[in-house]
Amino acid sequence: MFDQEKVQALRSKKEEWDRKTTAQLARSPERKQEFKTDSDVPVQRLYTPVDIADLSYERELGLPGEYPFTRGVQPTMYRGRLWTMRQYAGFGTAEETNGRFKYLLEQGQTGLSVAFDLPTQIGYDSDHPLARGEVGKVGVAIDSLQDIELLFDGIPLKKVSTSMTINSPAAVILAMYLVLAEKQGVVLAELNGTIQNDILKEYVARGTYIFPPLPSMRLITDTFAYCAEHVPNWNTISISGYHIREAGSTAVQEIAFTLADGIAYVDAAIKAGLDVDNFAPRLSFFFNAHLNFFEEVAKFRAARRIWAKIMSERFKAKDPRSLMLRFHTQTAGCSLTAQQPDVNIMRVAYQALSAVLGGTQSLHTNSRDEALALPSEQSVLIALRTQQVIGYEIGVTDTVDPLGGSYYIESLTNKIEEDVWDYINKIDELGGAVRAIEKGFMQREIQRSAYAYQRQIESGERVVIGVNKFQMETERPKDLLKVNPAVAERQVEKLRNLLESRNQRMVSEALQNLRNTAQTNENLMPAIIRAVSVYATLGEICGILREVFGEYQQQVLL
Amino acid sequence: MNEKRIRVLIAKAGLDGHDRGAKVIAQALRDAGMEVIYTGLRQTPEQIAETAIQEDVQVVGLSSLSGAHMQLFPPVAQLLREHGAVDVLVIGGGIIPEEDIPYLKGVGIAEIFTAGTSTGDIIKYIQERL
Repeated sequence: MFDQEKVQALRSKKEEWDRKTTAQLARSPERKQEFKTDSDVPVQRLYTPVDIADLSYERELGLPGEYPFTRGVQPTMYRGRLWTMRQYAGFGTAEETNGRFKYLLEQGQTGLSVAFDLPTQIGYDSDHPLARGEVGKVGVAIDSLQDIELLFDGIPLKKVSTSMTINSPAAVILAMYLVLAEKQGVVLAELNGTIQNDILKEYVARGTYIFPPLPSMRLITDTFAYCAEHVPNWNTISISGYHIREAGSTAVQEIAFTLADGIAYVDAAIKAGLDVDNFAPRLSFFFNAHLNFFEEVAKFRAARRIWAKIMSERFKAKDPRSLMLRFHTQTAGCSLTAQQPDVNIMRVAYQALSAVLGGTQSLHTNSRDEALALPSEQSVLIALRTQQVIGYEIGVTDTVDPLGGSYYIESLTNKIEEDVWDYINKIDELGGAVRAIEKGFMQREIQRSAYAYQRQIESGERVVIGVNKFQMETERPKDLLKVNPAVAERQVEKLRNLLESRNQRMVSEALQNLRNTAQTNENLMPAIIRAVSVYATLGEICGILREVFGEYQQQVLL
Repeated sequence: MNEKRIRVLIAKAGLDGHDRGAKVIAQALRDAGMEVIYTGLRQTPEQIAETAIQEDVQVVGLSSLSGAHMQLFPPVAQLLREHGAVDVLVIGGGIIPEEDIPYLKGVGIAEIFTAGTSTGDIIKYIQERL
C-alpha cells in the first residue's frame, strides 16, 4: 500500500523516536507497563505505515461490496440505508408482547426481534413440569400457531422483517410463521426475516439444546433446503458469536468459534446434497459489541474478510452473495452493571458505535436496567434513541468504513485474522466444530477466558466503573419491569382451551405423519407445517422428535 | 482453616442456560480450597436437593438468571429441611431484583449475591458462616 523506500525511511525514524520516548519513561512513565486488547493482543504506543507495510490493499481490503468485503458488504453502506434498528423483545403472553412490538414500531424501529421464553426454546408446552417458574419470563410463551397469530395480530408480515431467537425448535416456529403469512395472504417469496437456528453455539454457550448434534444438523439443513425453494429471502440461520462472547470468550475466540460453526453448517448442507450457492447467500451472522472499542471494529472487519476467504477458497462458492458475511449485532449484556445503572447508557452507546463503524446490518442496543431485570419501556426507548443519535446526528454514516486505513485498525484487523486462523486450523485438526464441541475444546477455552476476565476485575487490573472504581451508593431504580405471575396460569388455560377446541383426529394424523417422516431422510418441513397448521402444539411436535431423535446429554465440564 | 475441606454444590436451577457466573464462582471456590461439585444445566429443585444430600455438601449455591428464582429457590431449601439436612447453607445468585430478596431470605435462602459481587466476598461469606 506504501512506497517501500519511504516505509524504510520511516522505520528508521520511528526506531529513533521509540528510543527517545523510552528514555523519557523514567521521568514520565505510562499508566501501565503493558497495554493489551481484550483478546490479549499487545497494543503498541503508536501505529504507522510500518505496521501495515505488507498489506495489499487489493487483496486484503478491496472496495465496499467487493471481495473480500473487509470494508463492507454493500457499495454505499449507510449512505444508502441505515442498519435495521431491531430491539429484541418478548415477555409474558403473546398478547402483551404484541403490545410492545407495536410500541417499538411506532417509535421508529424498523424490524422485529422475538425473544421466546425458555420452555418454548426447549420445546416444552407451558404446562410441562419443567416449565415451572419459566413461562413468559425471558421471552414470550408460544405453545401453538394460535399464540403466533396473537403475537403478530395487526402487524402485516409483508411489511416487517422479523428475527426470531429460536434454535432447537426453529423449524417448528418458522413453520408457524409461514402458516400465519399464508393466512395473511402474503406470498412466501415476499417474507423477510431470520431464524437463529444455530444449534452448535447452544451446546457451547447458550444451553437451549434439545436433540443430539446429528439430527439437529439435519433439522437445520432441512430448513436451508426448504427456504431456498419456497422462502428465498429468509435468513435461514444466524450463526452466533454473541452468546459465546457473553459466556466469556475473547473477541478472537468469538469470531473463530462462530466461523468454525459456520464451516460445519456449510459442510453439513453440502453433505446433504445442497449446492453451496443455493443456500450460502442466506447464511447470516450475529456478533457481540463489547467494550474494547477499536478491537471490536477490527473484529467485524476481520470476520468479513475471513468468511469471504473461507467461502471462496474452501467451499468454492461463486455467487458473490455467498461470500458476504452479513451480521446482526447486540451490545454486550455482560458488560452492564447493576451498580449505577444509568452509566450503562454510555457503555451501550460506545458499543453500538463500534458495531456501526464495523459495518453491521442490524443492531440491538441493550437497556440500562438489564443487569437488574427485563428492560422497562422507558429504558428500551433510550436504547433505541441511542441508535437513532448514531444514525442521524453524528455523521459517522456519511462515508463507508471511516476507520479503514487507520494504521491501528488495519494492523489489529490483520492480527485478529491471524489469531482466528490459528483457532480454525486447530479446530480442523480436532475434526471440525462438532467434534471440537464434543471434546469440550471450545467450552474449556471460553471458561478459561471468563475466569481470567473475572480475576482481572477483582484485581483491579480491569476497571469497571461503579464496581471496582468510582463506587457509590445509589438507589436501585424503582420502575423495573416485572412479569405478572398470573401469566403462566393464563397461558396454561389458553392451551387447555385450544386442546379442547381443535380437531384431534387431524392432529393425531399429522403427528403420526411427522413421526414417520422423522424416521426417513426426507425433508421434515412439510410434515412440521402440516402439524402446526392443525394446531399441534410445540411440545407435541418436539415430543415426537425427542422420541425419534433422542435428547442431548450435556457433558459437565469444570 | 478446617481440616476437612468445605464441600459445595453449585447448581443451575431451571431451564436457564447462563452458566458463566456459576462456573466462575465454582472455579473461584475451588481455588480457595473448597471441594466443588457443579451440576450442569437444567436441574429441578428435587434433583438439586437430592444431589446435595447424596454428596453430603455443606453449601448449596443456586443460580438462575431467567427470573425463575422465586419458584425454584425456595423448594430447594424446603426439601433439604424435609430431609433433615438443616445445616446446609443455601445461597443464591443471578439477576434477582432487590424486592425479592427479603422473601427468599425468609424461606431459608441465607444470602443472595447479585450481579457485580466479587468472588472474594462470596468466599469470605462461606468461610465465616461455616
